[in-house]
Amino acid sequence: MEYVVEMLKIRKEFPGVVACDDITLQLAKGEIHALLGENGAGKSTLMSILFGLYQPDRGTIKIRGKEEKIANPNVANDLKIGMVHQHFKLVHNFTVTENIILGIEQKKGIVVDRKGASKKIKELSVQYGLNVEPDSLISNISVGMQQRVEILKMLYRDAEVLIFDEPTAVLTPQEVQELMRIMKDLIKEGKSIILITHKLKEIKAVADRCTIIRRGQYVGTVDVKETSTEKMAEMMVGRKISFGIEKKEATPGENALEIRNLSVKNKVGVMGLKEFSLDVKCGEIVGIAGVDGNGQGELASALIGLQKSESGEIFLRNKEISGLSIRERIENRVSHISDDRQKYGLILEYTLDENLILKKYYREPYSIKGMLNYDEIHRYGEKIIEDFDIRAGRGGETTVRSMSGGNQQKLVVGREIDSNPDLLIAVQPTRGLDVGAIEYIHKRLIEQRDKGRAVLMISLELDEILGLSDRVAVINNGELVGIVNAKETNEAEIGLMMTGIKRGEADEDQIQ
Amino acid sequence: MKIRFNRDYLLSLIAVILGLIAGAILMIVTNNNPFEGYNYLFRGGTMNMQRIGNTIATATPLIFAGLSVTFAFRTGLFNIGASGQMLIGGLCATAIALNVSLPKILLLPLMIIVAFIAGGLWGSIAGFLKAKFNVHEVVATIMLNWIAYWTVYYMVPLYLKAEFLETESRRIPSEASLRIEWLRDFFDGSYINLGIVLAIIVAIIVAFILDKTTLGYELKAVGYNRTAAETAGIDVNRNIMLSMGIAGGLAGLAGLSLYAGIATNMQIGVLPMQGFDGIAVSLLGANSPLGVFFAAIFFGLLHSGKGFMTAMTGIPPEIADTIIATIIYFAATSVVVDRFLENRRKRRETK
Ligand SMILES: Nc1ncnc2c1ncn2[C@@H]1O[C@H](COP(=O)(O)OP(=O)(O)OP(=O)(O)O)[C@@H](O)[C@H]1O
Ligand SMILES: [Mg+2]
Repeated sequence: MEYVVEMLKIRKEFPGVVACDDITLQLAKGEIHALLGENGAGKSTLMSILFGLYQPDRGTIKIRGKEEKIANPNVANDLKIGMVHQHFKLVHNFTVTENIILGIEQKKGIVVDRKGASKKIKELSVQYGLNVEPDSLISNISVGMQQRVEILKMLYRDAEVLIFDEPTAVLTPQEVQELMRIMKDLIKEGKSIILITHKLKEIKAVADRCTIIRRGQYVGTVDVKETSTEKMAEMMVGRKISFGIEKKEATPGENALEIRNLSVKNKVGVMGLKEFSLDVKCGEIVGIAGVDGNGQGELASALIGLQKSESGEIFLRNKEISGLSIRERIENRVSHISDDRQKYGLILEYTLDENLILKKYYREPYSIKGMLNYDEIHRYGEKIIEDFDIRAGRGGETTVRSMSGGNQQKLVVGREIDSNPDLLIAVQPTRGLDVGAIEYIHKRLIEQRDKGRAVLMISLELDEILGLSDRVAVINNGELVGIVNAKETNEAEIGLMMTGIKRGEADEDQIQ
Repeated sequence: MKIRFNRDYLLSLIAVILGLIAGAILMIVTNNNPFEGYNYLFRGGTMNMQRIGNTIATATPLIFAGLSVTFAFRTGLFNIGASGQMLIGGLCATAIALNVSLPKILLLPLMIIVAFIAGGLWGSIAGFLKAKFNVHEVVATIMLNWIAYWTVYYMVPLYLKAEFLETESRRIPSEASLRIEWLRDFFDGSYINLGIVLAIIVAIIVAFILDKTTLGYELKAVGYNRTAAETAGIDVNRNIMLSMGIAGGLAGLAGLSLYAGIATNMQIGVLPMQGFDGIAVSLLGANSPLGVFFAAIFFGLLHSGKGFMTAMTGIPPEIADTIIATIIYFAATSVVVDRFLENRRKRRETK
């Protein structure tokens, strides 16, 4: 086989952790090569090494057969290696074009040739069916589009080896489909791709081969067609994983949350959520299914108090809370797992310990009379790290910015579940987590339910919605389409309802 | 946290060295001997007790101003308004000094409190505008500087003016001065004053607030990630006002230490430069109270030594100002130095 990239026996140590230990990865020309491993296994680190962001402590890298030192991303660039990072690196008040040419601006005299660049971007966009508008501002386009900008950034630099670090974690299922198509097109044009993802389904769908690592160590490389997803998962976690979600029958009690005719404006000032009503009982999980951007964000924001509602009421245990501040709601035991952990859930400059007390630092025993009690904070940190298996190099003292994406998510989930909420609002709770961690988080959510707590889960993953929820509320265009029992429905029906067609209407439509 | 800390200090040290080198080049270009120049500059600030005292006195308002800028900065706010806050704090303290007769031991604490509150209120105007109307604090504090300037221009001649001079206030009585006899005698007649003691106490308090209290935890959280802080239930607007208020109060103390410590009255028509130097001090001090303290002492040394250097060598005093400016420049662009160090480290690693 002809390899474009060979990373041989790569080792990289950070203070307190060996992120990569003798890892070997060989990328054949024209293949999509998946890189699979648990949260914190060292995938992002390995790819950052290939991209020149970190230097390996040991090991060799060969590009097109020739041994190379990749001292910085510029060298990677020259070697035609491009990367889409797990957390995008775009300047928000710049246009698409400005972001793409940043750092390699072509000059016409002394001014930057924006027109020429914009034209080339347009051409590339058409060639690969990316549909990106060169002159839009980054802050005005969706996350899916932003990712395509990152792809264009690589293509603009003529990259031939494309690294995608968890590209699908932030995408809606529709966007994922699109991305897969784009990746296949890229292969046809002679590119080679390394794809990091925790979704075995996606690996099955597009990848040719898959390299599996566990806790920084190389486990093996398999042919995707010949290997079952169960096998891959087992290689990755080192034990058997149950994919089905096991749970007892729910025993719902009285209403914990009652939403009555709630209307909320979205960012541009139009009603994003319209006259929405829903009950969530103690001891049940209600899943909200819907295509991204159909009012889920407004619903979550209004429930936690980040956004004022225009009209309607929210009752928590029969108490109207829509006038309460965010903190008052937290004190009324509303917990919230956000879908954008870095923006809403974490202070990246703070340590793991400090982030765990973000919502209760002012209470005893974490602080006494306005003074932080670091002993207690540390002890609490150790407990949560243990409970939720958070892996971080320097334990509670680790700066969150240096933690792997999945472990950041576990931190948020751990913090929110541990506060023993009456109502847990979980938005994409397993985003970016490996299958083992997902299994674990799911168990914890069900455990919350069984303890008689109300869980409102918003997710774009239909599997997750159907597997975890007791009832499913489908939302479309800010309105409630209908509520169905999870056991009495299936993906097809929910999918249909997500387009706005009410239950029972479907057949009539077909007859007409 | 610890590692980052040291690294920041290292960067500041490099900025200082680069600034000194730039100054040396300038001295050579102007046909002077840099070793001689620096020798006199340094000796000018430290030669005898009196000069050491003056260096410390010069540094005192800079410590307060630096703490002020640092405090706001840790909440993600840029306080360009320390000058105006100094004026208002100084004005109110002077008004007390001239109109209230109390024994020193009561009068000074009263003046300290008044200067802090007055500067604090002035600072929180900018905080309020930011919190309620989203007016950028840089714009607001710059405008407030000039409003303070004209307020002093108007108030001093009207209520506090000296017998014959329209342009300055009466001299404050010695009961109201931060200067005390034995300290002056100890430093051979220098104008060092109690301000430095207050500055050290305040620096410790500020460090304590930032690192050990829930207030500091909140303020820094807002500074690092406003959205996440808000989502966690922290009242962002309250923190912005509070942060600007405390920053203003610290600058008010800078005003006190200037007008009732180094000077003995207030002149109109001057926007105190220490307010702006505070930005440089904060930058060089890596936004930490301890760093601010040393940076301020260093700037104090340059300021108080330059006269002697000029007198002894003929090197123009502007050279000292150029050194300061260069250091500020390098401290501000320390990111570049940081990169450079990082690259070197990497290169060494790969070898
Ligand atoms: N800059 C850094 N400083 C210190 N430790 C780091 C740094 N970057 C990563 N680590 C540690 O190295 C390990 C591997 O992290 P990495 O980000 O490569 O994981 P990952 O496989 O990408 O995980 P995920 O799926 O959660 O994104 C983790 O334990 C992480 O905490
Ligand atoms: Mg990662």
